[in-house]
Amino acid sequence: MTNAAYIHIPFCHHICHYCDFNKVFMKNQPVEKYLHSLDKEMGMAENISGYKSIFVGGGTPTSLDEKQLHDFVESIARNLPPAAEVEYTFEANPGDLTPEKMRILKEGGVNRLSIGVQSFNNDHLKRIGRTHTKEDVLQTVRNAEKAGFDNLSIDLIYGLPEQTVDDAVETTRQALALRLPHYSAYSLIIEPKTVFYNLMTKGKLPLPKEEAEAEMYEAVMQQMAEAGLEQYEISNFAKPGFESIHNLTYWNNEEYYGFGAGAHGYVKGIRYANYGPLKKYMEPIEKGHWPRMTSQKPTKKEQMEEEMFLGLRKMSGVSITDFQEKYNEDPLSLFQGALKQMTDRNLLEVNDDSIRLTHEGKFLGNEVFQSFLIGPEL
Amino acid sequence: MIMNGNERIERQTRIRNFSIIAHIDHGKSTLADRILEKTQALSAREMKSQLLDSMDLERERGITIKLNAVQLTYTAKDGNEYIFHLIDTPGHVDFTYEVSRSLAACEGAILVVDAAQGIEAQTLANVYLALDNDLEILPVINKIDLPAAEPERVRQEVEDVIGLDASEAVLASAKAGIGIEEILEQVVEKVPAPTGDPDAPLKALIFDSLYDPYRGVIAYIRVVDGTVKVGDKIKMMATGKEFDVTEVGVFTPKTTPRNELTVGDVGYLAAAIKNVGDTQVGDTITSSKNSAPEALAGYRKLNPMVYCGLYPIDSSKYNDLREALEKLELNDSALQYEPETSQALGFGFRCGFLGLLHMEIIQERIEREFKIDLITTAPSVIYQVTMTDGEELRIDNPSDMPDPQKIAHVEEPYVKASIIVPNDYVGAVMELAQGKRGIFIDMQYLDTNRVSVIYEMPLSEIVYDFFDQLKSSTKGYASFDYELIGYKQSKLVKMDILLNGEQVDALSFIVHRDFAYDRGKVIVEKLKELIPRQQFEVPIQAAIGNKIVARSTIKAMRKNVLAKCYGGDISRKRKLLEKQKEGKKRMKQVGSVEVPQEAFMAVLKMDDQSK
Repeated sequence: MTNAAYIHIPFCHHICHYCDFNKVFMKNQPVEKYLHSLDKEMGMAENISGYKSIFVGGGTPTSLDEKQLHDFVESIARNLPPAAEVEYTFEANPGDLTPEKMRILKEGGVNRLSIGVQSFNNDHLKRIGRTHTKEDVLQTVRNAEKAGFDNLSIDLIYGLPEQTVDDAVETTRQALALRLPHYSAYSLIIEPKTVFYNLMTKGKLPLPKEEAEAEMYEAVMQQMAEAGLEQYEISNFAKPGFESIHNLTYWNNEEYYGFGAGAHGYVKGIRYANYGPLKKYMEPIEKGHWPRMTSQKPTKKEQMEEEMFLGLRKMSGVSITDFQEKYNEDPLSLFQGALKQMTDRNLLEVNDDSIRLTHEGKFLGNEVFQSFLIGPEL
Repeated sequence: MIMNGNERIERQTRIRNFSIIAHIDHGKSTLADRILEKTQALSAREMKSQLLDSMDLERERGITIKLNAVQLTYTAKDGNEYIFHLIDTPGHVDFTYEVSRSLAACEGAILVVDAAQGIEAQTLANVYLALDNDLEILPVINKIDLPAAEPERVRQEVEDVIGLDASEAVLASAKAGIGIEEILEQVVEKVPAPTGDPDAPLKALIFDSLYDPYRGVIAYIRVVDGTVKVGDKIKMMATGKEFDVTEVGVFTPKTTPRNELTVGDVGYLAAAIKNVGDTQVGDTITSSKNSAPEALAGYRKLNPMVYCGLYPIDSSKYNDLREALEKLELNDSALQYEPETSQALGFGFRCGFLGLLHMEIIQERIEREFKIDLITTAPSVIYQVTMTDGEELRIDNPSDMPDPQKIAHVEEPYVKASIIVPNDYVGAVMELAQGKRGIFIDMQYLDTNRVSVIYEMPLSEIVYDFFDQLKSSTKGYASFDYELIGYKQSKLVKMDILLNGEQVDALSFIVHRDFAYDRGKVIVEKLKELIPRQQFEVPIQAAIGNKIVARSTIKAMRKNVLAKCYGGDISRKRKLLEKQKEGKKRMKQVGSVEVPQEAFMAVLKMDDQSK
């Protein structure tokens, strides 16, 4: 049973220099038509009794105006009946969320906001193409709390151009001063087809050195721990009980719907991607078809590889008994070579029932993850 | 149908055998295509650009590697039908040997010169080969439709520089189809018909061979005297081995069986020959019953000039690599190889090549046609080492160089390098040549603008990055050719490279003592760039004997993790990991360090080594 959903809103008023998600400038876009298609796509999903996680991301979901937002949350409530304990998250752009929009979300059942802060340094924010300021962030958090949201999360990005280790520490300090129950701290990855990528290929992007980035990560982890937040995944920190169900769905290799243009899903053993361009996405839906560009059923070998490279992102790691139950294979013998190699390199540790990253392993996760790709021979 | 004697003699007067020679890019292959069209060897449908270049690699790189010979019929203005054999030649200096082979099967050569660029270094080299073979040379000035064409200047240059009568040189554009018929008429008029006696004992020159899994070795032959047909018993004059002819024929360009081949014919012969060694290129085929008293003058066997080690990245592919080399050797007599072992790289082969391009092509064919990922060590020449006890050694692998205390002296091969370059770049060329230990020999003005410069230089300096540097320092205007002139004594030392404190034999190279420190410095920096960070810090050192002359350090890998908000796109995560893993597969584990392929060629990439 697939009882988690991701819903994509591809519209933005501004586009950030590092963003490679599926998005378009909002101006002159068929927003209502898109919401209509989304409504139909969600309606095509299997009727289930209760979703445990609903996550609305983008793009910028809060770029919708009040009327659009109102209709949209209604459409979600109609199509995706939530479970009593649902985690229902909206991504929010600081500055976009007026008290009225907050009220609409709250009344629509949204119980968690994930705020795209990225930095508390206004110069850095400008540099990465964000239009909000630190002051907007503080205001948004205050409004959210006033509106009754008690489960808030903030996204931070470290490794920004010209950022020093001290800058990163300061941003984390200010974020932690808000005493929120959840934080995500990502590192900046330069992806093709972004402003930053173009700058980088021209040699005009002064990124911190690998050493500095490692120090930033180390510092962030330390600050989070000192503030009583537990690291439950490579980039995610939470007060006990506030770990994001949406995030864990991915890392636990569970199924989820992906609705909207360019969204990815994993339903009934099939991984799929929807068409990204709005027109291509909306056309099939209006004819009553799924808007899927690719569908693939991972083989058992691939599933087991994914179980490992996703599960190892969690600090709790992969449970040996769970793996055995799910696949009827012993991970210790199946991945013997990788386990030996990675434990020898002190990147991985195997305890009673878990295989998990060491502290050093968190920094070199890709080295570990790739060693669990068995390759074509199985 | 078998001809009678008179028919054969009459037919012989209508045969013309010729090659096309040119500097690279002067339009040889395009002209060959036009000639094929004009003689209707092919329907338009079969016409593929650069037809005679049949290997994929040849067409991609726009060069000719293997010889091809094709029979064409041409009805001349005199009303007679002529039989042409067009034998293609490789243009690159590495394949000079193959050029001389094909020219020996001809009576004439079309010399193609670019109407804008004029005579280049390889034009000269090829003309001298043609003159050595007593060929009638027909100059053709090609690409006259280019805006920069100066046909009259080039005509003058052909007369002044080569000393050929160019008054009747055809002005042509192979691309636009201009002058093709005129060229063919000149072939009829000027290229002599083959002389030879169809009734004399058989004498056929083997000018190339090819291995075919079904028919055995196919010998490319030119019949000089006599006649050969299916069922004949033949003898290889060099080895004395005898065979029964199973098929004779010509290339049209497809292999097309014929009843017989006789004087002047250029075609192929199959005789269930299993072993390539039995058909030595340059050997003469005669008949067993009525043998010719003496063989034709063959070719001198060309020895490899450049050596390098080839190792499979995946050591389990060693036997596959051996098979690949065996197969390539069947059709490439110039390729030599023998097994060798490297501490760093394991089991592989020491291979000898005619030159750098030859080396690159073999490498590329192994990777492409046989799907074996290779590590290639830096190319080396053969050094002649005289030991203090008088013993003499030939060293083709730098790591075999003996202890300096035991060496009396070392000699290295030198070449005469001819460079033709516009006036403005003479300074740059001289600076480059001197930086490569060149000794100035001569300089001559070909016309008011172009200069021919001659240097004597160590072959090893050319094997390093001389081509690339020449190209970049003359904006591509220089043309270049070289020939081996013998050995000279030099002050050479072996430079060893240590990674993480361990000597890596496959990275050792020989260097002139005066340049040793600078090269050491450059190479450790280059290796630092090429070898990715490892989980621990890796020192790189360059040493002569026990003395460290340069060092550098690869920093430890500190962070490599997908710490980005990727959402639910798992397949993208997988692809990224697969890509990283794939990159690792192309690296060789040397001790505890993972070293990428390119690092073993780092010696070649020392951009500013001459400084």
